[in-house]
Amino acid sequence: MTGSSELAQTRLAADAITVGYHGRAVSQDLSLRVPDGGFTVIVGPNACGKSTLLRALSRLLRPDAGQVVLDGRDIHALKSRDVAQTLGLLPQSSIAPDGITVADLVARGRHPHQGMLRRWSADDESAVVEAMAATGITELSSRLVDELSGGQRQRVWVAMALAQQASILLLDEPTTFLDIAHQIELMELFTDLQESGSTLVAVLHDLNQAARYATHLVAMRDGEIVAEGPPSDIVTAELVREVFGLECVVHPDPVTGSPSVTPVGRRRPR
Amino acid sequence: MTRSIGLVVALIALGAAVIVSLGVGARVVAPTAVLDALFAYDGSDLHAIVRDARLPRTVIGVIAGIALGGCGALIQAYTRNPLADPGILGVNAGATFAITMGAGFLGLRAPLQYMWLSLGGALVVTLLVYVIGRASREGATPIRMTLTGVALGAILTGLSSIVVLKNLEIFSSLRFWGMGSLGGRNAEVISTVAPVVILGLIIAAFASGSLNAIALGDDLGASLGVNIPLTRGLAIAGVTLLAGGAVALAGPIAFVGLMVPHAVRWFTGPDQRWILAFAVVVAPVLLLVSDVIGRVVLPEGELPVGIVTVVLGAPVLILLARRRQVSGL
Amino acid sequence: MNDSHAGLDFGGRTIVWRRGGKSLRVSARTILVRSILLTLALVLAIVGVTTGTYVLSLGEFGQALVGDGREIIVRMVWEWRLPRVLFALIGGIALAVSGSIFQSLTRNPLGSPDVIGFDAGAYTGALIVMLVLGNTAYAPLAVGAVAGGAVAALVVYLLAWRNGVQGFRFIIVGIGLAAFLTGINNYLLIRTGAEEARAAVSWGFGSFASLGFEQFSPFVGGVAVLLALVATQATAFGQLELGDDAAAALGVRTERIRFVMVLLGVGLTAAVTAAAGPIAFLALVAPQLARRLTRARGLDIPSSALTGGVLLLTADLVGQRIEISIGLVTVVLGGGYFLWLLINEGRRR
Repeated sequence: MTGSSELAQTRLAADAITVGYHGRAVSQDLSLRVPDGGFTVIVGPNACGKSTLLRALSRLLRPDAGQVVLDGRDIHALKSRDVAQTLGLLPQSSIAPDGITVADLVARGRHPHQGMLRRWSADDESAVVEAMAATGITELSSRLVDELSGGQRQRVWVAMALAQQASILLLDEPTTFLDIAHQIELMELFTDLQESGSTLVAVLHDLNQAARYATHLVAMRDGEIVAEGPPSDIVTAELVREVFGLECVVHPDPVTGSPSVTPVGRRRPR
Repeated sequence: MTRSIGLVVALIALGAAVIVSLGVGARVVAPTAVLDALFAYDGSDLHAIVRDARLPRTVIGVIAGIALGGCGALIQAYTRNPLADPGILGVNAGATFAITMGAGFLGLRAPLQYMWLSLGGALVVTLLVYVIGRASREGATPIRMTLTGVALGAILTGLSSIVVLKNLEIFSSLRFWGMGSLGGRNAEVISTVAPVVILGLIIAAFASGSLNAIALGDDLGASLGVNIPLTRGLAIAGVTLLAGGAVALAGPIAFVGLMVPHAVRWFTGPDQRWILAFAVVVAPVLLLVSDVIGRVVLPEGELPVGIVTVVLGAPVLILLARRRQVSGL
Repeated sequence: MNDSHAGLDFGGRTIVWRRGGKSLRVSARTILVRSILLTLALVLAIVGVTTGTYVLSLGEFGQALVGDGREIIVRMVWEWRLPRVLFALIGGIALAVSGSIFQSLTRNPLGSPDVIGFDAGAYTGALIVMLVLGNTAYAPLAVGAVAGGAVAALVVYLLAWRNGVQGFRFIIVGIGLAAFLTGINNYLLIRTGAEEARAAVSWGFGSFASLGFEQFSPFVGGVAVLLALVATQATAFGQLELGDDAAAALGVRTERIRFVMVLLGVGLTAAVTAAAGPIAFLALVAPQLARRLTRARGLDIPSSALTGGVLLLTADLVGQRIEISIGLVTVVLGGGYFLWLLINEGRRR
């Protein structure tokens, strides 16, 4: 089930955790070691527990059993500020305060590094400038976030997460509601980040994009990990049938060579 | 079929409530004696108490109850806001303010004058809440209307207080009425207000059919053939008449208009015509029962019915707010 | 020392200050508005002390401050006018900060502690002391008001809590509790005679008239401590505006800070209510007005505080001139402004 990822370093891991909501467990005894410096993507059908797992990894959800480990220590025993300097999160839904400008919102990402008297150091400023340049929103700096398009706004949130300068970045469905050009743009930005040393974990609902960009793919169903490893190893028609209940044909993507899934469906072409 | 039976049961309950209201007090009168007092009056002390002291307030309770129940059902249906009530939306405060100003500045104390003042105040607030509530891209959401109503209510109450506090005599005379009370009114007021309430009720009944259609939205309603401006006008007129009438009779009474449609809807389902029919019967029961509680709960003196309905109704409001999804409102 | 370049375009002149390990960033407009407000507050304070039934010249005022001049003037300044003006100023600051907190909390610019039943609770507490225990001395009233307001706040918080607090539910529960307490208050009022009831209702609208310097130190001390605590938590609290998840991602302990800030907000409102009775709408209006003046985004406690101070000073002066309670002034004017906000907020979107 696990491939070469077992040999990679991990800073972030879930160790036999049981997590759920209101006493109902979504996953039990779940373990995942996030390979350092890789781009891990979690996929699965609706309600398979992928978002729950991400939330547990990001410290938003406390496991009922087991622990989430960051740099060798239980993540809930660490100070939240310290965690925030290491772990960044792009949540599924965030609220932009009324009338806030792009620069202001991205600057908020510096909060874990600031203090009562250290509100805007040179480091803060350069981190924000870099984050905005990386996401290509520098010209939007003084615009109101409310006025931006969905794609632009998502890039602002990504910039905010980048400004945190966390070495591990967790992304909860970052490409929802974006049109395809922006989706690809964002995925390539994430790949750039990963290649310059960050560790990324993302929940994606698009299996093909996941297979194309992930270095380590995790397929979940009913709260359990069904398979994990490099996409070229694990993405097969049998896996897709088992996880998604879908008949498909897997063939190499004509551009990248990664496994690409084409559903078979019931109807025949007209 | 079940609903018709239910309505008959409710009517019987109303009858019982009337008898209880006539019978309970400092001297408890047995039901048979109550019936005698009404239909076989023999001039005795006992019968006098029932007829002269308690009958007016019971009648007021019934009419005010009908008005409040109808008003609540109408507001909730028209605004599609399950938390609407003439008290919360400031309509009561508007009517009260008008009456207070009239009494304080213009010395207007006659029942007919009360009636007109009350209607005027209720109308102005209803229109303001409507206009201000709609002045937004998201339209008249429940939260907007509630906040508008609360703001208007607070301002008008404040203004009323300025007048009332300066003048001890007015303060004393309006003190009890201002909290909602079935007492202190005579037959003249009843006969002045009753036609107004009946008119309001007829309007509400006319509007019920359309209100069913717009329950899912103005656009859908229009496509089903509803005349939206007409329905709007009827709703505003109905609310004004019913709320204004209730306040003129019994002062500002809160939460009856809120609680009854909810309680009733649980039994009748979403058909506005049935809701109205039931609300109009059940609300007087609630009001009379509250009044009776007010009469007996204290070791001496009595508690104005407005206080009883608030003490009963506020927890219901809170319960409703807890039950509903935030986004659902 | 003053570095007014902004390497980053924040959409408006920004002033950045760095020295040693310390640094600060503010918008130029905010600094300007705050300076104006501060000046205005001082001017109004001086007006408040020097005018009235007996007008003082600035010279006489200056003399009285250091204890010189006619004894009756010194007494007038130190025992009546100065305390009153300072109460209004500091009370306005406290209420405005409290309003800021709750508006940020309910994520509704129109959420306000007085709408949510704290005022009603403080009033109930005081009424119980006044009418049931028959005690009209300041200290017991203050205790009653603080206790009543705190209990009301706690009840609203608990009733509105359902895996966290959501703005709309908080407001509705608050309105419900306020109505409930008003019923209780009415009950307490009818138990008494008309004269007493009228005095109680009047107190219920707030007044700084009967306060002197003995109440001042505990009041200022309490408010100062609360404000200091608010200052330490303010930035983190401001991150809650981004949504709980984003705030948690930035290292903010969301439930804990929310709870703490609610306590501080209630404490601030209760401190003022204890001193002067419930004063409506200031907590709601001041932060809104401040926002519009500074064109700030999100929580801005210092600006709200200064606006609140100026507003309440003004309201007190007005109330004195036309002889009505300060609370009634704020209800009518504040309520009107609130409505205007509602209308405009709709139009703006």
